[in-house]
Amino acid sequence: MIELEGVSVTYGAGPTLVRAAREVSFRIPAGDALGLVGESGSGKSTVLRAVAGLIPHAEGRVVINGRELSNRRPRESRKIIQMVFQDPYGSLHPNHTVDQTLSAPIAIHRLGNAESRIMAALTEVGLGREHRYRYPHQLSGGQRQRVAIARALILEPKVLLLDEPTSALDVSVQAEILNLLTRLRRDHGLTMLMVSHDLAVIAHICDRIGVMHSGRILEMTTAAALAEGRVTDPYSQQLLRANQGFDASGVVIDVAA
Amino acid sequence: MSDDPLLTMRNLRVVYPGDDGDFRAVRNVSFSLGRERLGIVGESGSGKSTTGRAIMGLIPYPGRVEADVMRLGATDLTGLDEKGFRRLRGKRIAMVLQDPKFSLDPVMTVGKQIAETHRYHFRSTKQAARAAALEMLEAVHIRDPERVYDQYAHQVSGGMGQRIMIAMMLIAGPDILIADEPTSALDVSVQQQVLAIMDEMVKSRGMGLILISHNLHLVASFCDRVLVMYAGQIVEVCDAGRLHEARHPYTKGLLAALPELGHRRAELPQLRRDPDWLIDLPAAVGAAA
Repeated sequence: MIELEGVSVTYGAGPTLVRAAREVSFRIPAGDALGLVGESGSGKSTVLRAVAGLIPHAEGRVVINGRELSNRRPRESRKIIQMVFQDPYGSLHPNHTVDQTLSAPIAIHRLGNAESRIMAALTEVGLGREHRYRYPHQLSGGQRQRVAIARALILEPKVLLLDEPTSALDVSVQAEILNLLTRLRRDHGLTMLMVSHDLAVIAHICDRIGVMHSGRILEMTTAAALAEGRVTDPYSQQLLRANQGFDASGVVIDVAA
Repeated sequence: MSDDPLLTMRNLRVVYPGDDGDFRAVRNVSFSLGRERLGIVGESGSGKSTTGRAIMGLIPYPGRVEADVMRLGATDLTGLDEKGFRRLRGKRIAMVLQDPKFSLDPVMTVGKQIAETHRYHFRSTKQAARAAALEMLEAVHIRDPERVYDQYAHQVSGGMGQRIMIAMMLIAGPDILIADEPTSALDVSVQQQVLAIMDEMVKSRGMGLILISHNLHLVASFCDRVLVMYAGQIVEVCDAGRLHEARHPYTKGLLAALPELGHRRAELPQLRRDPDWLIDLPAAVGAAA
C-alpha cells in the first residue's frame, strides 16, 4: 500500500542545508501498521509529512496504492491518505464548529450526501449529535482528538497517518483513543503509519517498528522483539531502557556542552 | 540532621470562586515531606500542580489557599503575604517547571539569572554571585560554565535549559525542591540525565523533593513514596516500588489503561469513573502514611 524507496528530505540550501530524512525505505502492505520511533529531530515526523505530501521530498520514490506520487499531488491521492496530528487543539480551527470542520473535506472533494457522511463519521468515533455544533473549546481533549479522527475518516481513506496522536492526552483518554484506532483499523482495513516517542504506545498499535536517529532508520524491528529486548542497535537499546522508567544505575551523566 | 518533616500540610484547600459557587481545585490534602523523593501523580485537572503552587504561594487572586496546618520547617505558611513568600522562594523552597523555554528569561543571559537569585537572597557582590553561579553550573555537569554563563535561553538545548533551571533553583540552598513535570518537554534519554542530576543534587544536599508528574512509570521508578490525586483529593498513598499493588480503583484503572511492552491486549481497559470517588475523604488519608 505504501512504499518508500530511498526517500530523502532536505531543508535549506548550500552551507545551511539540513538533511532531515536520509534514504528512508520501507513497505507497508495493505492493512498493516508500521511505527516509527525516535527522539525529536530524528526525522520521524518529516517522513510522515513526506508521505502525506505536506513537504516535498528531494530524492527517492513515494508509491502509494501502486502509484508513484510526485511532489505535486492530484486531489484524488489526498483522498486516499489522511492524517491525524498530535495536538487536536492546534489542528482544529478554533472558530469552526465540528460540523464546519467535517463539512470542509466533503466540499473540497465534491462529495454528495454531506449530512449522512457527517453523522456516520461522528458515530464511528463515538461522538453524538449533541457534539456536532460545538466549537473545539467546548470539547474535552479526547473529544477533540475524536473530531480530528472523524475528519480524517470522512473521506474514507485507505491510509491513516498518525503523528503522536495520543501524546497530548491523559492516560485514561489515551486508552480510549488507542482502542478506537485499533477498532477502525480492523473494521476498515486501514493501513497505518504512526509516529511516537512512546514505545509502548507504538507497540500496542503497530506490528513492525522502525527506530529512527538523525534522519535514518537504524533498525527495523517488531513489537514482539522490542518487548523481549531483542534489539541490536545500541541506540535502540538505550531508547528501550529509557522507556521503562528511571534507572539511576543505568544513567551516566553526560557533561553538557 | 533532624527527622522533623520539612513540610507539613494538613487539610489544604485551594478554592476558586465561580458563578455557581466555589470550585474546590484542591481539598482535604494532608501530607508531610521528609528528606525524601515524594511523587504526586494524577491526570490533568486533578489538582497536583495547584498543590505545588499553593506551597509556593503562587495561587493568584481570586483563588484562595486555606489550611489547618501549613508549615515549612518551623515557618507557618498560612496567612503569609507575598512579601513573606518572596523571602522563602528560592531560599527555602524552589520550583522547576516543565519547559525551560518558557521559564527562563529570554532577554537576560542565563548566568545573570542564576546570579540574581544569589544576590537577592545573600545580598552578595556581583563577583561573589558570579562565582557561585559558575560553581552551580559546574555542579549540574555543564562543561565550560564560563561560556554558558553568557548565553541566552534560546541558545541552549532543552536538556541544558533544565540543568540551568536546576542550578538557578538550588543556588540559594533551599530545603525543598518542587519539580512540576520537569522532564515532560524533553526527549527520553535527556529525561534520564536531568532526573539523575536532580537525584544527585537532592541526595547530596539532604533536600526534600516533590515530583509532580502524570507519568506513572516515571514516578514509580524515581520516587520513594507516591501520592495519587483525583479531583483535588489524595485518594491513595503508596510506596513507589509497590505502586502496582495499589488498591484504589482509580489508581488500578490508570495502571491498567497504560499500554505495556510485551503484554499486548486487543483492547485496553478503559477507566470507568465512579462518582463515589468525588466524595470528600477524611483529611487524614495522606497524613496516615
